[in-house]
Amino acid sequence: MDLTLRVWRQAGPDRPGAFEEYRAREISEDASFLEMLDVVNERLTLEGKEPITFDHDCREGICGTCGIMINGKPHGGQKGTATCQLHMRKFGNGDVIVVEPWRAAGFPVLKDLMVNRSAFDRIIEAGGYIGVDVGSAPEANLIPVPKAVSELAMDAAACIGCGACVAACPNNAAQLFTAAKVAHLNLLPQGQPERFARVEAMVDTMERFFGSCTNHGECEAACPKSISIDFIALLNKDYVRAKRINRAMVSRA
Amino acid sequence: MQLDARIPGGPLADKWDAHRFALPLVAPPNRRRFEVIVVGTGLAGAGAAATLGELGYQVKVFTYNDSNRRAHSISAQGGINASKDYRNDGDSTHRLFYDTIKGGDYRSREANVYRLAQLSNEIIDQATAQGVPFAREYGGTLANRSFGGTQVARTFYARGQTGQQLLLGAYQALARQIHAGTVTSYTRCEMLEVVVVDGKAAGVVVRDMVTGEISSHSAHAVVLATGGYSNAYFLSTNAKACNVTAIWRAHRKGALFANPCFTQIHPTCIPASDEFQSKLTLMSESLRNDGRIWVPQAERETRHPRDIPEDQRDYFLERRYPAFGNLVPRDVASRAAKREVDAGKGVGSLHNGVYLDFAESLARLGHDVVTERYGNLFEMYERITGENPYEMPMRIYPAPHYTMGGLWVDYDLMTTVPGLYAIGEANFADHGANRLGASALMQGLADGYFILPTTVAGYLAGMLGKKPVPPSHPAFAAAEAEVKDRTNRLLAAKGSRTVDWFHRELGKIVWDECGMARTADGLRKAIADIPALQEEFHRDVRILGSGEDINQALERAGRVADFFELAQLMCRDALNREESCGGHFRVEHQTPDGEALRNDDEYAYVAAWGFDGPGVEPTLVKEHLEFENVELKTRSYK
Ligand SMILES: Cc1cc2nc3c(=O)[nH]c(=O)nc-3n(C[C@H](O)[C@H](O)[C@H](O)COP(=O)(O)OP(=O)(O)OC[C@H]3O[C@@H](n4cnc5c(N)ncnc54)[C@H](O)[C@@H]3O)c2cc1C
Ligand code: FES
Repeated sequence: MDLTLRVWRQAGPDRPGAFEEYRAREISEDASFLEMLDVVNERLTLEGKEPITFDHDCREGICGTCGIMINGKPHGGQKGTATCQLHMRKFGNGDVIVVEPWRAAGFPVLKDLMVNRSAFDRIIEAGGYIGVDVGSAPEANLIPVPKAVSELAMDAAACIGCGACVAACPNNAAQLFTAAKVAHLNLLPQGQPERFARVEAMVDTMERFFGSCTNHGECEAACPKSISIDFIALLNKDYVRAKRINRAMVSRA
Repeated sequence: MQLDARIPGGPLADKWDAHRFALPLVAPPNRRRFEVIVVGTGLAGAGAAATLGELGYQVKVFTYNDSNRRAHSISAQGGINASKDYRNDGDSTHRLFYDTIKGGDYRSREANVYRLAQLSNEIIDQATAQGVPFAREYGGTLANRSFGGTQVARTFYARGQTGQQLLLGAYQALARQIHAGTVTSYTRCEMLEVVVVDGKAAGVVVRDMVTGEISSHSAHAVVLATGGYSNAYFLSTNAKACNVTAIWRAHRKGALFANPCFTQIHPTCIPASDEFQSKLTLMSESLRNDGRIWVPQAERETRHPRDIPEDQRDYFLERRYPAFGNLVPRDVASRAAKREVDAGKGVGSLHNGVYLDFAESLARLGHDVVTERYGNLFEMYERITGENPYEMPMRIYPAPHYTMGGLWVDYDLMTTVPGLYAIGEANFADHGANRLGASALMQGLADGYFILPTTVAGYLAGMLGKKPVPPSHPAFAAAEAEVKDRTNRLLAAKGSRTVDWFHRELGKIVWDECGMARTADGLRKAIADIPALQEEFHRDVRILGSGEDINQALERAGRVADFFELAQLMCRDALNREESCGGHFRVEHQTPDGEALRNDDEYAYVAAWGFDGPGVEPTLVKEHLEFENVELKTRSYK
């Protein structure tokens, strides 16, 4: 198939960017979107033009490294699919495809389609863990976890941290990402001791980088792992309780 | 040179305990005086860095990924082994040890493997405490499944995302230490040189992949947890960025490289579809629990698989290996599939695969159970191929997947360079000539959480009161100059072909001659052909842009340059090993019915190679393997 790409090119973080148009001819329908970009890059290189910078690694939808706005939709809009799993058979011959980086103040562009998502790491560092040093774990079957609880925690834990939720949100909020981690840990019995400290620290850190959630629900639609916005309700509930409980704990101390 | 693996004496089951007691300790208040560099944040690296931080050491951790959460470990699907014996099916530490030694075709060290089996249970405890959502039974206890090469169900799993969940557990533990200030993290930062001063590891030189800045970092000890080198084949199941550079640079600085030809070709991957293919996708081995593998009896069959009657199908694994059936170890399954495809029985439009069929399981278990077990894998398959495995059998074919070879390490996981450690897939230690499924995650975490943090103390204790070599030492300046020089030479070639073109060509040679079946003639040819291609690469590669900002082609070129050198060593090692064992199949050495023929009298050793300069024949040092607790048998899965 023959395609026209309108690709965002930006030489560096503080440099101006602009769209450039490229023809992608004779692309196989069986190619993935990133393989199509590989082909375009090979050709650009041979023409003496700098190839398009884009992030990727596993190419099987699990590492969360890839992430491109395709025709205004994060990862191209196919349900439950990351950019690397999107295949060209989903496009039509002659299509014009607009290719951009995530657009969010919390994710500054580094070059072309590559952005800096380290704000997500800051949120996890604030409390997205269960504090158990190696050596101090109890026997694994000591604490039974109801299957339903464990399954729900797994649904939340499936987040790949790609940032599509933020890119999809009109407010660039990171609620879905944060809620997924909070829910994963706060649902489990092992996560209870730090439950309220965790949610408060993570939400407060999140707010330093990202906008506020006003329940558009675009994040769930864009999520390559189809993570449910129900987890945001859980996050909000725990956050409100945390504010009360943590304050009570502080005053008691 | 003599290799001393420093395996503790005493009975097998007591070695680790005795060794831990014998090792010097570093007292808690002294730990913050020691600096340790960890390169890599996969299971091994993140586990080690977090644990060292918890213990109170000062840690610097480096990764080329944009976040510590994204290391290649994240892709592991199937599960992680432990000898908990929750299923009451006769499992034990000794059985896990035995299965792993046998699965590795008797080319690994008893003491290391036994320790791995001993630690396996603690890994599950630790991960569960971290909140890893392993699959559970209705009663709330942990669930298991079985994997190739074993007759017990000892594999713990989190849907088809076990690696992801285990890695997130380690990443989160690491994040906690970063927050606590014990660990400093450097992301998008690629290690390009190991620095050795007075014969000891002193630090590393890294390139900031965003600014292009080259900098030096020193420490009391350096840990490489940089994963495997399957991407030497270009097409593999590994993440695109996986590469050999970190351990290759260490090798060039004096660390011996062990068993480079021991690579694993995984039996269940989606066959390649075209020239532009950038990687191969693994379908978890767990599928072999409920899927049946077959080919049509007729050559070049073109009928739809559902139209081929039972009596015209060949369930070749069940036929040849009735005891293990579809669950034979990977090397055996891969070779069997190759044999069928080579005989013209391959399926799919390119006749390059075999069927993995779920029809019977769907009838027996029902759609819901199959979906619960494999739903996400089926979806993934459909997304890639456009075919629905509920209706049509999957097509699978072997692909490079894992590398048992790696830096030689002793029982303490230290390389031949004092103070330089290698853990996880980067070392050669535990899997011999073939790794059993669900054992890499186990090994990575055993190394990272438990072994390295204990053994490194033994080395550090002797340096109490000494500061690390400062990065102002001339050895660092020299290493930085070397890195810059390499970068500049790559950029200066301004040739006519892309990096990927060369990588693909190299991969074809390695796959053809040092893949699933190897011959002396083929290996000799590869050893002659690779340097020619390598020379062309350095002369004719085209990399645009500069080294002063993000330049992905430049990053890849540096890695491919090292793959060229490694590939030659892989072939030399394969040529040297005049036997077939595990993943290494020399066509000259097989039984009349096509099974691998080991030569224990002459080759029961670890082949550790030294680096004597570019283009110079490397020296071979042998570590003879002693077997006191298992009897060397012909592996039989019949
Ligand atoms: C598709 C797939 C499925 C698998 N499934 C299973 C399974 O079910 N069970 C199982 O037990 N095993 C499985 N494996 C194998 C297992 O995942 C790996 O062997 C294991 O995760 C390796 O972990 P590691 O920590 O050693 O290295 P990796 O996870 O590969 O991590 C390497 C780290 O080193 C860093 N690094 C490398 N070089 C440099 C450098 N020069 N500078 C800076 N950083 C560097 C990388 O950024 C990364 O952080 C699977 C493998 C694949 C490919
Ligand atoms: S490259 Fe890993 S999720 Fe797309």
